[in-house]
Amino acid sequence: MEAVLLRARGLPESRTIATYLAAGGYEGLKKALTMTPDAVTKEVLDSELRGRGGAGFPTGRKWGFVPKDHPGPRYLICNADESEPGTFKDREIIEHDPHQVVEGIAIASYAIRANTAYIYIRGEFVRWARILEEAIEEARKGGFLGKNILGGGFDLDVWVHRGAGAYICGEETALLESLEGKRGFPRLKPPFPAVVGAFGKPTAVNNVETLACVPHIMARGAPWFASIGRPRNTGPKLFCVSGHVNRPGVYELPLGVTFREIIEEHCQGVRGGRKLKAYFPGGTSAPIMTAAEVDVQADFDACAQAGTMLGSGGIIVLDETVDMVEVCATVAHFYAHESCGQCTPCREGADWCMDILDRMVEGHGRPADPETLLRICRFSSNGITICPLGDAYALPISSIVNKFREEFDRRIGTASPLPQKKLPVLPWTGPRPGFGV
Amino acid sequence: MSTRPIVAASPDSIAVVTLDATMEERITELLRRYPTTRAALLPMLWLCQERYGWISPGVMRAVASRLGESPAFVEGVVSFYTMYHTRPPARYVLQVCTTLSCAYCGGRELVEHLKGRLGIGFGEKTPDGEFQLMAVQCLGACGDAPVVQINDDYYENLDVTSLDKVLDELAGRR
Repeated sequence: MEAVLLRARGLPESRTIATYLAAGGYEGLKKALTMTPDAVTKEVLDSELRGRGGAGFPTGRKWGFVPKDHPGPRYLICNADESEPGTFKDREIIEHDPHQVVEGIAIASYAIRANTAYIYIRGEFVRWARILEEAIEEARKGGFLGKNILGGGFDLDVWVHRGAGAYICGEETALLESLEGKRGFPRLKPPFPAVVGAFGKPTAVNNVETLACVPHIMARGAPWFASIGRPRNTGPKLFCVSGHVNRPGVYELPLGVTFREIIEEHCQGVRGGRKLKAYFPGGTSAPIMTAAEVDVQADFDACAQAGTMLGSGGIIVLDETVDMVEVCATVAHFYAHESCGQCTPCREGADWCMDILDRMVEGHGRPADPETLLRICRFSSNGITICPLGDAYALPISSIVNKFREEFDRRIGTASPLPQKKLPVLPWTGPRPGFGV
Repeated sequence: MSTRPIVAASPDSIAVVTLDATMEERITELLRRYPTTRAALLPMLWLCQERYGWISPGVMRAVASRLGESPAFVEGVVSFYTMYHTRPPARYVLQVCTTLSCAYCGGRELVEHLKGRLGIGFGEKTPDGEFQLMAVQCLGACGDAPVVQINDDYYENLDVTSLDKVLDELAGRR
């Protein structure tokens, strides 16, 4: 497949506006400004572009939810909080071709009639925040941002807003809270951000890669985009492969390619000639897949059918030498650290799983542990929490326990059990504070 | 790569903070970007951390009063995020990624090596105030595992030898 999103990778000075313009950059924006905002949304809808941040929601539909009769202002947010373990595609786009993102933001803002856009970028990405700011400045000087863009009467300001280290801020409503200067606590939905978003106004939140696709759709047309991949799973997709492969990195491939092809051909197989044991298809929040499930197609629908999800396209490959109990513990540590603490099933559950798994790794597994893990995960699943983090830790942990159960049971067999502590029951004899007794 | 060292202000010197004209100018520029003053909180904390090296209670009070927020609200925000230093950091903060891809591609060996070389554990500083070790979660550079972020810069595809070289260079630069 020809490179689309990564076409500038490897070019000298690929980040500059001159290189971008030479490759036909900002043609999509020019074309968009000759159309009505609704026609732009329609074009993106027809391309069947689905959100690349993880949920796979149709982008055109998302824009369509932003009310047209609202007095405004409206906001567009570019989500560059890339922090799902195994995901590093947005950084690649920004590093090599940031103007794609800027142009995508301009077109999306025009489509939803927003005059202010923010790029929320994770705090650690200091270098990439700077690259984006430089690109925005270049675009402003070139007349592609600012007042009366390209003489079309459309105004747009774009600002880069740095986060400060919190995975949860990649969740769109937590991101909005953080943008507003608060702790990153996800909001209850509804109302959805399209209606009540940033600063209480209608807002669309789109991932970097999603927005980077938009200029190409506008310049080359929806039918071209829809011809790549499979029906309902269209377009090029960036797959980030890490872990035990010979050539880790970001690969641009059409949706619908199999995981086997990605791992064996593009990444040239598992490191050291070892065998594949398992892989995460879309970041660690997706249920794990075994080596036997490597022929699944890498797209939104095929992954869902296989009981997992494509997520952000972050593929983590694990070879036969890894101990799945340890993997599970490492995953649990991430979520226990990143839970925002609002909802009990997630705050307590992730911590609890981490404690149990750490104990198992240290050789003190108890016979009831695997079932306890599954029970905790069950209590935190199916959207019981405000945001999807409750599911995000429960799905990988329960899938690892289910698919590699014998490894967990083996851990218990060889464990030297800790003496079962008997918790003392403390009878309360003093006054009860606050009750005036 | 030349990583800039953090110069942390002494606790006494920023027990009470007055925002000077340079800071005020940048704050005014920040406030123009957002429809509410509160939204400028995170960027303003970044400004302060750049200037003073860390966010002391005095800095929080100054920020709160400038934005018309309560110090408690500001502290609540500061403590929610992991990247604001609430104690004076070392000159170089080594943030080692401990998430899956890094952990399984050499990250755990780096951690063991760093603990041995520096003689400190996670969250601790070397006695000379040069290095501080921190375990962090995914830095979003998994394809170049293992990754260590030192202050603002990413160091990727590391092994014990290349990391030693980086540390030698940083330690030698005074």
